[in-house]
Amino acid sequence: MAEENILLHHALRLGDDALILGQRLSEWCGHAPMLEVDLALANIGLDLLGQATHFLNLAGEIDGKDRNADALAFHRDVLDFRNCLLVEQPNGDFAQTIARQFLFSNWQELLMREIAAAPEPRLSAIGAKAVKEIAYHAKFASEWVVRLGDGTEESRTRMIAGLDWMWRFVDELFDPKDGTPSLRPEWDGRIARTMAEANLEMPKPRRGAVGGRAGHHSEHLGHLLTEMQFLQRAYPGAKW
Amino acid sequence: MSAIAELSLKDRIFEILSQVPDPEIPCISVVDLGIVRDVRGQTLVITPTYTGCPATIAIEHDIRAALTRAGLSHIKIETTLSPPWTTDWISDEGRAKLRDYGIAPPKKGAAKHSLRETPTECPRCGSLHTEEISRFGSTPCKALHRCLDCREPFDRFKCH
Repeated sequence: MAEENILLHHALRLGDDALILGQRLSEWCGHAPMLEVDLALANIGLDLLGQATHFLNLAGEIDGKDRNADALAFHRDVLDFRNCLLVEQPNGDFAQTIARQFLFSNWQELLMREIAAAPEPRLSAIGAKAVKEIAYHAKFASEWVVRLGDGTEESRTRMIAGLDWMWRFVDELFDPKDGTPSLRPEWDGRIARTMAEANLEMPKPRRGAVGGRAGHHSEHLGHLLTEMQFLQRAYPGAKW
Repeated sequence: MSAIAELSLKDRIFEILSQVPDPEIPCISVVDLGIVRDVRGQTLVITPTYTGCPATIAIEHDIRAALTRAGLSHIKIETTLSPPWTTDWISDEGRAKLRDYGIAPPKKGAAKHSLRETPTECPRCGSLHTEEISRFGSTPCKALHRCLDCREPFDRFKCH
């Protein structure tokens, strides 16, 4: 693959991961269990949408088809999205949302740290900016895993169920072909430390679901896109 | 263009922009906040605070309007991400203005340890006997705190 193509793939994946999770988190706006959590989830979603804008603008620039971040977000269909399956999973209850954020943000922080040190200046500039924000997301999610896992019987049951639901989408992040296998040991260590603090056992190994990076998505992504893209589909080119 | 002429253009632009308030925290100017980075030739370089901060677009709009009013509509505005914005770039004057406005300013030089909890001083009574209510507040750059002595809730500008 030519260097430009590799860069385009990276920018699309990073942008789509952030865009889809940002959209998912925005579904919580006005529905979170308490005001502070509502603000937190909206803030995290906003950070992710900001990162997505930068990565997708870069992808559009490399692609050279006169598409900016908005065009890539609103005018592509489900098969063209390159996000991992984890970020498109439904919010479920609050514990399931926290499980997804915990697994993702801890991975994204390690990944973005590497990208910040990458030789490509446009990519590394976004990475260096994003890594500072993601550190907050990882800490927020990890604290809630401990609070719920080591909380009441009800919160613990839900936290275990949430992690169990999300666990099968972890392997895709570290897939030898499309993922970041070198980050696995450090990620495993982080996850294990928080799980021990939360008095939780690691979820049982599951056969990993993969395919998001090749455009093979779960049914959930199509539903998410119908909502996210509705306005541009109904009124193409509409502007504020 | 001579070095002296360039220097004076930069000074002039910084002077103009020191009158442009941040749209979310109007007590402080975009220069105090460290968003205005440099003037290179006829190009003004600015940087966003947080990648998703909705104020970024409003700020660029306000800067453009201020330049136009000053007869500098030919100046280009360029947004750069690198090096990433840090709260260490907030001026001492900016920190004082934030405190007067009721927002606990970030400690200078603390950005490297942004996740380490350090006692935050209540902007109202000066007590260090305070606690965090939520790490995420009304804007991406602020956290919610409360003073355990004077009992007032307050915003803290996050070290970043």
